[in-house]
Amino acid sequence: MTVEFEQLSCRELVELVTDYLEGALAAEEHERVDRHLAVCRGCHTYVEQFRQTIELTGRLRVEDVSPEAELVLLDAFRAWHAA
Amino acid sequence: MPEGFRYSRRVAATEAELLDALRAGDEAAFAALVREYHPSLVRVARMYVSSPATAEEVAQETWLGVLNGLDRFEGRSSLKTWIFRILANIAKTRAVRDGRTLPFSALEDPARVPEPAVGADRFLDSEHPRWPGHWAVRPEPWPDDALLAAETRERLAEAIEALPATQRAVITLRDVEGWSSDEVRNALDLSETNQRVLLHRARSKVRAALESYLEPA
Repeated sequence: MTVEFEQLSCRELVELVTDYLEGALAAEEHERVDRHLAVCRGCHTYVEQFRQTIELTGRLRVEDVSPEAELVLLDAFRAWHAA
Repeated sequence: MPEGFRYSRRVAATEAELLDALRAGDEAAFAALVREYHPSLVRVARMYVSSPATAEEVAQETWLGVLNGLDRFEGRSSLKTWIFRILANIAKTRAVRDGRTLPFSALEDPARVPEPAVGADRFLDSEHPRWPGHWAVRPEPWPDDALLAAETRERLAEAIEALPATQRAVITLRDVEGWSSDEVRNALDLSETNQRVLLHRARSKVRAALESYLEPA
């Protein structure tokens, strides 16, 4: 267990989480992260929180287009098509 | 799955039909396109210009640019990529005119300026005899009910709003709108590495903000 931590510290791991989740790490590096996560409760929780953050961010409502802007743009569209 | 993701895929699947409809003067098709992309256009514009009102103007001007170029658009890139390129050009011109520094030229290589994902005080010293760089204060799992509360969502939105403009743009397009990393790189003219660095910093800060709300020390 100690050996695994020596290879990759928690402090280093938190900088790799986006690369890890994006599949941007080299296979060897990805496995190093997996091995660390298997034995480290703190980092396991950290990555879980990171995933939850992404999931929750995906549920934020996107604001609508203002009716004024839409009217202006539709007018522009009609003028463009008529031209 | 975020709403924008599903919609974007649908738009991509029928892009040729959409172009035909627009060229034929189909107002509903144009209105749908505006609803899909206008909010993101405004957000991306905000990276370049100082006020929300100017960003709105830049986004509206982008649609005029889209209409002007539509007959010449050959579909070599996706419609979305093309629209956001038009936006970037208009926004940059506007920023220069207003005497603003362009965000990405000022920050060409974000990786050169380190910004830790988690404060150094959360970890044991690198000289620690047994656990160098290990957690000193471990993160604790968040309670599900608190995580899903409306107030937590508000904190999340505030945390995103408080990010530097470039980080905010990247996290919004990737994680709120569900764009792919390639789409974000094209729209914001970023390298693959910088896109990921900015995304990582944004997510790390938002996670930290949620943590300080959900597990007060």
